[in-house]
Amino acid sequence: MSKTLFDKVWDTHVVRKIEGGPDVLFIDRHLIHEVTSPVAFLGLKSRGIKVLYPERTFATADHNTPTINQHLPVADPLSANQLKALEQNSREYGISHWGLGHQKNGIVHVVGPEYGITQPGATIVCGDSHTSTHGAFGAIAFGIGTSEVEMVLSTQCIMQPKPKKMRINVTGQLSKGVTPKDVALFIISKLTTSGATGYFVEYAGEVFEKMSMEGRMTVCNLSIEMGARGGMIAPDETTFNYVQGREFTPKGEAWDKAMAYWKTLKTDADAVFDIEYTYDGSAIEPMITYGTNPGMGIGISNHIPDAKEVEGGVATYEKSLGYMDFHQGDSMIGKKVDYVFVGSCTNGRIEDFRAFASLVKGKKKAENVTVWLVPGSHIVESQIKEEGILDILTEAGFTLRQPGCSACLAMNDDKVPAGKYAVSTSNRNFEGRQGPGARTMLASPLVAAAAAVTGKVTDPRTLLA
Amino acid sequence: MAYDKFTILTSTAVPLPIENVDTDQIIPARFLKATERVGFGDNLFRDWRYNPDNTPKADFVLNDPTYTGKILLGGKNFGSGSSREHAAWAVYDYGFRAVVSSFFADIFKNNCLNIGVLPVQVSPEFLQKIFDAVYADPKTELEIDLPAQTITLSPTGEKESFDISSYKKDNMQNGFDDIDYLQNIKTEIQEFATHLPL
Repeated sequence: MSKTLFDKVWDTHVVRKIEGGPDVLFIDRHLIHEVTSPVAFLGLKSRGIKVLYPERTFATADHNTPTINQHLPVADPLSANQLKALEQNSREYGISHWGLGHQKNGIVHVVGPEYGITQPGATIVCGDSHTSTHGAFGAIAFGIGTSEVEMVLSTQCIMQPKPKKMRINVTGQLSKGVTPKDVALFIISKLTTSGATGYFVEYAGEVFEKMSMEGRMTVCNLSIEMGARGGMIAPDETTFNYVQGREFTPKGEAWDKAMAYWKTLKTDADAVFDIEYTYDGSAIEPMITYGTNPGMGIGISNHIPDAKEVEGGVATYEKSLGYMDFHQGDSMIGKKVDYVFVGSCTNGRIEDFRAFASLVKGKKKAENVTVWLVPGSHIVESQIKEEGILDILTEAGFTLRQPGCSACLAMNDDKVPAGKYAVSTSNRNFEGRQGPGARTMLASPLVAAAAAVTGKVTDPRTLLA
Repeated sequence: MAYDKFTILTSTAVPLPIENVDTDQIIPARFLKATERVGFGDNLFRDWRYNPDNTPKADFVLNDPTYTGKILLGGKNFGSGSSREHAAWAVYDYGFRAVVSSFFADIFKNNCLNIGVLPVQVSPEFLQKIFDAVYADPKTELEIDLPAQTITLSPTGEKESFDISSYKKDNMQNGFDDIDYLQNIKTEIQEFATHLPL
């Protein structure tokens, strides 16, 4: 029978099917961080059980870490305690731990691929919804709750009903100034924040075939923002070239064997999806959000739509615009910006900083804007320095912070103050996400760069050479 | 983690007719710093419930003594966003045992089922009827019958069926979680692991 890429990877990992219930799914790789794992370890302790395969779990601290002065003790006692718990639990159960100050420390969804933990055909979970990022490699990757973290630690399995299958095709060529982030925000604006709930997505078509691994990770990362459990892209030469030679990827004969298997990981020509969408990539423009969920996005040159044109309740829509202090019919161009954040598991990779630098080169940071540039990992940080990007940033008046999730969820001190507007390359514009009362506009690194040098929402295409 | 068994719940309900209620509203990230499962109920809907100076916001439903009960009524796409199980813990620890909506986000729904909160998905029309009835009379009781998989508006007897897998239903009725199940098939899992393609 014909199978989709998703079917192939899923079915290979089903230990047992339960009649009238979920599948027992074997998990190849498990990533943990300080925030969603402590209670899972407490569960193991209270049940008196061990970690079944400690070598399949990797720990990094990222959600709740400072992004300056990482060499100093963490000031917030609750945060320090959480970091200590991750370290102690990892040591006690024999799990690799990449804590604060470790060379491999960084955002879990950035370092996983960088060290080759993420591989085609694997099942990967983490107590974080943006685990969907790893689907860029043709893996089935999705976020889980803490109870499930405990399941994976204790049995390397979780229990999941098999999702339905959706394919999203984006054809044609992207225009200048349009990035993978814009493609994702465009799709979410079409499907809404719940339009893919219950589905697992495969992204296909020319736009994704031509996309770099960094770009594919950005797109798959945002799958959860339309409700999908995850999204994936069939592995190809771009994928294999990225994966080869990394610390945890197979070597020698094992590599050849892996390659032979990975090349089979594509959707069969006559395989059927439960639902399919096709969009013209050339029609996508740089995107920006105006509301309080990622589905509330528009092309940057557009005006905020009327409530009656938008799916969902009018009351909810008005609450959302009220929170942002925006109005129906407003132009997004020219909106005031107080903060710019470039980073996160969505856009904290080297390409994102290259894009930001390409626009700010030779310009100056706008005086009214506070800008936080936060690399996703130490590897990204090193690349920024080695490629001369830091010099461009410094010349333009920007500074670089240290790796972590930072203002994406504002668990640490990187909080946007109440009432202030931020253009953010992160993934969520929920009320208070970047700090109580903070107002977030999600956009690409290029739109963030344009805001950083002009102090307002600006179409990056007007500034690109 | 063990939770109280769920069979039939008869209770008044607390209405929150907002769509796309995300987990950052249910429990903001800055309250995720605990290393134990304590105190999350106090911070349920923290920023909708309290002013920045920690005084209660009078217009938020959890601060309105008119509405009480063990059932939370939410708008479409309840629980979107982050995978934080803390959101489900906050709902449970506050005292809710069921959330009724016309649509749930996936991970939140899963998390609820794993910790003993029953997500009850009804049609948009029936949800509206429930909201209307509760607003008309806050003492209106709902009966959620898990064995029968029905939810009934007590005054009128109008009811609707809801879906739940027989496996999860059995778990909820007995207070079991998936770890109990998985522990019992560990040998099968270890055998399976020796046959993976890579």
